[in-house]
Amino acid sequence: MDLRVAHLYPDLMSIYGDRGNVLALSQRARWRDIAVEVRPYTVGTTFDWDWPDLWFFGGGQDQGQDLVGADLAGANGEALRRSLVHGAAALTICGGYQLLGHEYVPENAPAIPGLGVLDVSTRAGSLRFVGNLVAQTPDGVLVGFENHSGRTYLGPKAKPLGTVVVGNGNNSEDKTEGAVQGKIVGTYCHGSCLPKNPWLADRLLTWALERRHGPQDLVPLDDREEKAASEQAVEVARART
Amino acid sequence: MSDPLALLANAAGKISRIALQLSGRGGTALPGLIALTIDPDFIAAVTSELAHGVVLVSGTNGKTTTSRMLSDIVRASGWAPVHNRSGSNLERGIAGALLTETTWHGEPQGDIGLFEVDEASLPRVLGRIRPRVVLVTNLFRDQMDRYFELDQLARRIGDAIAMLDTAAIVVLNADDPIVSWLGQRHSGPVVYFGVDDPSVGGRVPQAISDATRCPRCGQPLRYERVVLAHVGDWSCPSCGLARPARDVAATRVVLTGDSSELQLRVAVASAFDPVRVPIAGLYNAYNALAALAVARALDISLPMASRAIANFKPAFGRLEEVTVDGRDLRLILVKNPAGFNAAIGALLETGRRPRLLAALNDRDADGRDVSWIWDADFETLAPEVEHAVVTGIRSRDLANRLKYAGVPREKIEVVAELGSAIDRAIGAAPPGSEVVVLATYTAMQALRGELARRGHVAPFWED
Repeated sequence: MDLRVAHLYPDLMSIYGDRGNVLALSQRARWRDIAVEVRPYTVGTTFDWDWPDLWFFGGGQDQGQDLVGADLAGANGEALRRSLVHGAAALTICGGYQLLGHEYVPENAPAIPGLGVLDVSTRAGSLRFVGNLVAQTPDGVLVGFENHSGRTYLGPKAKPLGTVVVGNGNNSEDKTEGAVQGKIVGTYCHGSCLPKNPWLADRLLTWALERRHGPQDLVPLDDREEKAASEQAVEVARART
Repeated sequence: MSDPLALLANAAGKISRIALQLSGRGGTALPGLIALTIDPDFIAAVTSELAHGVVLVSGTNGKTTTSRMLSDIVRASGWAPVHNRSGSNLERGIAGALLTETTWHGEPQGDIGLFEVDEASLPRVLGRIRPRVVLVTNLFRDQMDRYFELDQLARRIGDAIAMLDTAAIVVLNADDPIVSWLGQRHSGPVVYFGVDDPSVGGRVPQAISDATRCPRCGQPLRYERVVLAHVGDWSCPSCGLARPARDVAATRVVLTGDSSELQLRVAVASAFDPVRVPIAGLYNAYNALAALAVARALDISLPMASRAIANFKPAFGRLEEVTVDGRDLRLILVKNPAGFNAAIGALLETGRRPRLLAALNDRDADGRDVSWIWDADFETLAPEVEHAVVTGIRSRDLANRLKYAGVPREKIEVVAELGSAIDRAIGAAPPGSEVVVLATYTAMQALRGELARRGHVAPFWED
C-alpha cells in the first residue's frame, strides 16, 4: 500500500514548525509498512489535482500568504478544489485554514477571497492570540500552540474540531477550535500538531488511504511517547493559565 | 554627566544593584529597568560620553560570540569597552551593563560602548542613541511567539536604520538577503562582509524557508551555494538583485573539528596571513568575519584584530567544554532551527557518534512555542546518536521529536530532574568520552547553575 502527500507551498507556508505534521504522517504510515511519497506543490508549478491522497497546508508570513492567495485564485486553486471535492483529505493550519475558508477580511482593506471549500470566514483582530492551546474533542484531547490574529467563525456546514479548554481557538468568543467538513480539517494548532495528537494523524491517514485503497483498519501503534508529550503539554498549558 | 534625571537614574540603578548583590543575586536586568524607568534616555546620556562611540551588535544568531570577539579586539587596540558581557541584551540589560561601569557621577569607566542588542529591541534602541557602528549578523526565524514575523521585523529594523545619522556605519552580512537589503535604507556608509569560498556549503540539508524570496520583488531567489538556511550566494533571476560586493570577504575557509582558518580579502588592502578562529563551526567563522568587518569600520588594524580572534575563548553555553568525572561535556546553546542545524553540522563534521544530554524549556527567554524543534534537522543527527538523555520542562516533546527522527526508543531516556539528568548522561558515557549538551537558554542557565554548584564551572555573571 502507498500514500501520496502533497505539501502545499512548503517554501512560503512553512513557519512555526508545521513541517512536523508531514513528518508525523509519513512516519506513522511507514511504521505500518505503507510507502509514502511527499511532493511539494508551490507557486510556479502546475498542480496535478488527481495525484494527492492528502494535502497539508501550513501557516506562513504575510508576504508568503499574499503570494499564495494570488496563486490559489488561479488554476492551482481550481485544482485543489477539484481534488478535495473528489475525495482527497486535507489538514490545514492557521494561514492555510483561513485560505480554505470563504474569505479573510483585513481591518482596513477589501476582503480577500479564499477557496471556499471550508464553510468558515475569518476577519482580522487587533489582539494576537499567542499561547498554549488545549481543546477537548470527541476523539481525544487536542494540544498545541496558537499564534494568530485572525478570528474565524464557522458556518453551518463546518463542525468545530473541538471545544477550547485553554487558550482562544477560532475566535475566543464561542469556545470553538478548528473545523471539520468532510475530510478537510482546519485548526490553529501548531506545535507541531500531529506528533502530539496521534489520533488526528491516524484519522487523516485513514481518510487519505480510502481514496485509492478503500476503507482501511490501521494497525495500532505504540504511542507512549506521543501520549507522554500530550500529557506534559496539557499540564504546562493548565499551569500557565 | 550633568543631566540631573540621568544622575538620579544612575544612582537608583546602582543602589538596587548593590542591594541585589548583597542578597546574593547576580542579575543585571532589574537595576537597568529601574534606571530606564527613571530616565528613558539613560543609555543615551551615559553613552554620549564614550570617546570612541558605541557599537551595536544585533541579529538572530552569533551576537554574543561576535560581540565578545569585538571586546577582545578593541582591548587589543588599547580601548576600554563597556560591554553587556552576560548576553542580557534587551534595553534593560544594556542599561544594567552600563550601571556596572559608571561612576556615581554617571561617567562611564571605558571609552567605547559594545552592546549586544536583541534584534526585536534594535529598532527601539536605534531610536534612542546615536551609534557609531551597527552590525546585523543575520536574521532567522527565532522565538516566533515573541517576534511574530521575520518580514515585519526586518521592516522595523529597516525603518530605524533609515533614521540613522549619515555618519553612522552599518555593517551587514552580504550573504543574507534580508540583512543585506537593509543597506538600501541607510544614507551613510555600509560595510558588507561575506564568504566567497565556492567550496563552502552546509552538510545539513536546509529545510528552513525564512527568505527564499527576493527582498525587493518577492520572486524566488536562486542560490549558487546555500551556506545556512537562506544564507549563501544568492541572486534574483527576476529583478537582478544580487549579493552586494563584499568589502571584507573570506576567500577561503578551512574547517577542522575544533577551529577554522579564514583567508581574507579586503578592499584596498595588502595581503593578510590566514586568520585562525579557535572555535568550531562555520557559523563561528561567520562571527569572526563579522567582528573583523566591524574592526575595519572602526579603523582598527586587521592583523591586530586577527591576533585577538586567535586568542578568543567562547562564552557561556557557546561550545564551552567542561570536564566532569573524566567525561567532557560540550555545552551548546540551541534556540532556533538555523542555530541548531549549524551546531549539528559542526558536531557531525568531527565524525564522532554523539552521546546527548538535551534540555528543552519553554519559558519566555527560550521561546514559549516549542514548534521550532520540528524545523530543526534532527533527521541528520538521528542515525549518529549513540545515546540521549532528555530533560527540561518540555522533555516529552523532545523525546517524541527524537522518536520521529528515527532514534530507537531504547536509546532515549527521559529524566525529569536536571541534576539526575546530568548524573545519568555522565553515567551512561564511558570515562574519557564526550557528552554533547544541547539546551535552550533557561535550561542551559539551570544546567550551568548545577555544574557551578558542583564546582565545575564559574557562575556565569562572573565570567
